[in-house]
Amino acid sequence: MRLPKGAFALAGVAVLALSACGGGGSSSASPGTATLNIAFLPKAVNNPYFDVAATGGQEAATALSGQFKQVGPSDATGAAQIPFIQTLTQQNVSAIVVSADDPNAIAPALKQAMSKGIKVVGYDSSPATDARNVFINQADSKGIGEVQVQMVCDEIPGCAGDIAILSATSTATNQNAWIDFMKAALASNSKYSGLKLVKVAYGNDDPQVSTTEAQGLLQAYPNLKGIISPTTVGISAAAQVLEQTGKAGKVALTGLGTPNLMRKYVKDGTCKEFALWNVKDLGYLAYYTAALLVQGKIKGTAGEKFTAGRLGDYTIDTSTTVLLGPPFVFKADNIDQLNF
Amino acid sequence: MVPAVETPAASNLAGRIGLQRTLALIARLRELGILLALAAIVLVVAIQAPLFFTVSNFEQILLSVALIAIVAVGQTTVILTRNVDLSVGSVVGLVAFVTGDLLKEHVLGVPAAILAGCVLGLGLGALNGLIITVGRVPAIVATLGTLNVYRGLAFLIAGGKQVSAIDLPDSYLRIASSSVLGVPSLILCAVVIAAIAAYLLRYSGTGRQLYAIGSNPAAADVVGIPSQRLVFGAFVLCGLLAGVAGVLWGSRFGTVNASAASGLELQVIAAVVVGGVNIFGGSGTVIGAVLGAVLLGTIQNALTILHLSQFWLQAIDGAVILLAVGTDAAIRNYFQRILTRTGRR
Repeated sequence: MRLPKGAFALAGVAVLALSACGGGGSSSASPGTATLNIAFLPKAVNNPYFDVAATGGQEAATALSGQFKQVGPSDATGAAQIPFIQTLTQQNVSAIVVSADDPNAIAPALKQAMSKGIKVVGYDSSPATDARNVFINQADSKGIGEVQVQMVCDEIPGCAGDIAILSATSTATNQNAWIDFMKAALASNSKYSGLKLVKVAYGNDDPQVSTTEAQGLLQAYPNLKGIISPTTVGISAAAQVLEQTGKAGKVALTGLGTPNLMRKYVKDGTCKEFALWNVKDLGYLAYYTAALLVQGKIKGTAGEKFTAGRLGDYTIDTSTTVLLGPPFVFKADNIDQLNF
Repeated sequence: MVPAVETPAASNLAGRIGLQRTLALIARLRELGILLALAAIVLVVAIQAPLFFTVSNFEQILLSVALIAIVAVGQTTVILTRNVDLSVGSVVGLVAFVTGDLLKEHVLGVPAAILAGCVLGLGLGALNGLIITVGRVPAIVATLGTLNVYRGLAFLIAGGKQVSAIDLPDSYLRIASSSVLGVPSLILCAVVIAAIAAYLLRYSGTGRQLYAIGSNPAAADVVGIPSQRLVFGAFVLCGLLAGVAGVLWGSRFGTVNASAASGLELQVIAAVVVGGVNIFGGSGTVIGAVLGAVLLGTIQNALTILHLSQFWLQAIDGAVILLAVGTDAAIRNYFQRILTRTGRR
């Protein structure tokens, strides 16, 4: 059978017309009741950390009767996020919530999305400032640095003695910023005058190197009373070393970690407390903020105040950033509530 | 015995045999040299920092090199045959993750999971061996390929997951911290493996044939040594030992993710080369390779004990490698010159 060429053309026009109607329909809805079709774009999918953030996003979506989906590259390298942004733009989602793997590489694609009326919210890692409406900051560096000194002080009897830091790489921006705030807290707060920082070691976020470095700290500083490890790989390697060398309980250990990696060591007392931001709440707040932007209830300008469901009140600060809150401290009695 | 008739050929042959003997002697001396270097470091550091010279510290040093030493034994066997296995780090990582995951998901019990990990390592080594002997691909290229393939597999299987200490049975985690008659099991395991390999390489016919393949592949073929089969065997052994290190990995470090043991191959090759194993095959010993690993581990520990910055470590490691290999080359060239001159006379 042969159809005239016109039939195909007609069919094509019909499809175009239908899709145009569909698009027009959603955009013509009044701002207050706009459909919430919000997509999360993490650095990588299948990453437990981002999967937990996604559960928070899902929770907010359910609360606001919006739609939630998560897409992203399978590994966090370079500009892999760009095609996903382009696809989401074509799909005309109402907002993109993104953790930038490379803040500048994805900026042009995000700006294009914004020019089509799509709201962009950064979470975990901010895109370039002009390529997003708002950034949800999980924790400020000062708070993260100070909470770790506070914890090691709490865990060392009398809050006095030698302490060491087991960091990631010597060039890690986050860790170095936190360590600077730790040093500042140690120097300025008389509460910590008994604590003496004897060494900053670098485990390169490699379990093998972190283990060797943690062992080295114990050998080189026999009077060591505490270790702060502001990185998940370091803190779990240090915990393993303390257990294997029988120093658990004698040398306090704290820092930043994830509940799953640290569960065993918190339960057996090797590490009594450690901190991290509440990752689920991060996803929740990011979705909520994106929804308010889509609904036009906030504009994303500095000084605006809003309420984000169960998390309460927030203010957008001068750098169009919203701070999630103080770091979350994990202990034996709450570690089982979170799974990531 | 035919009465010795001095012909140029015979004297050349005698010279060559002499060269082999001398090289064997140098190999012995090389091990002695590492021991002396080790003793010198221990002495100097012990004077500076009494903390260094304690049983517990030496135990820590040996613990930190035990897994590297196990892999270095396999790598030595491969390098002796004038090949190299760059995929060992990926084999350790893949086996470590699979073993951890099997235990985490309660698919297998501890002994079965350990066995499965070892078999997986053996299989990966066999695949390397097949590509190199049947496929006739140079080992450095073939294992560079499988280095990436095996690591990619680990990432695929892991899919972003990791195995943490809470997921692993206590009986498995205790392997690394347990000890037999006061000797930590990991150290004992490495010593036993190295001793068996050292004995077999030195005294078994197959062991000697491995050396023959490396020192002169063409001659080895002529005298009927089954080179391809033995090279295949060396890669299988290397994979198996990387598998053994892999199953112990999770027990030692408590946390396993898909990037476990990344870059381990370079540490292993460094240990082997510092230990006096000729990268072009044919000479060197397993004991030397193990001593090389211990030497590098001791230097790292000494830097920490002396409160020196660990940024020195890489530079010093590199210097030690250059020094060791440079000394080898100098000695070899010197004897080669003398022997060729005697041969020509």
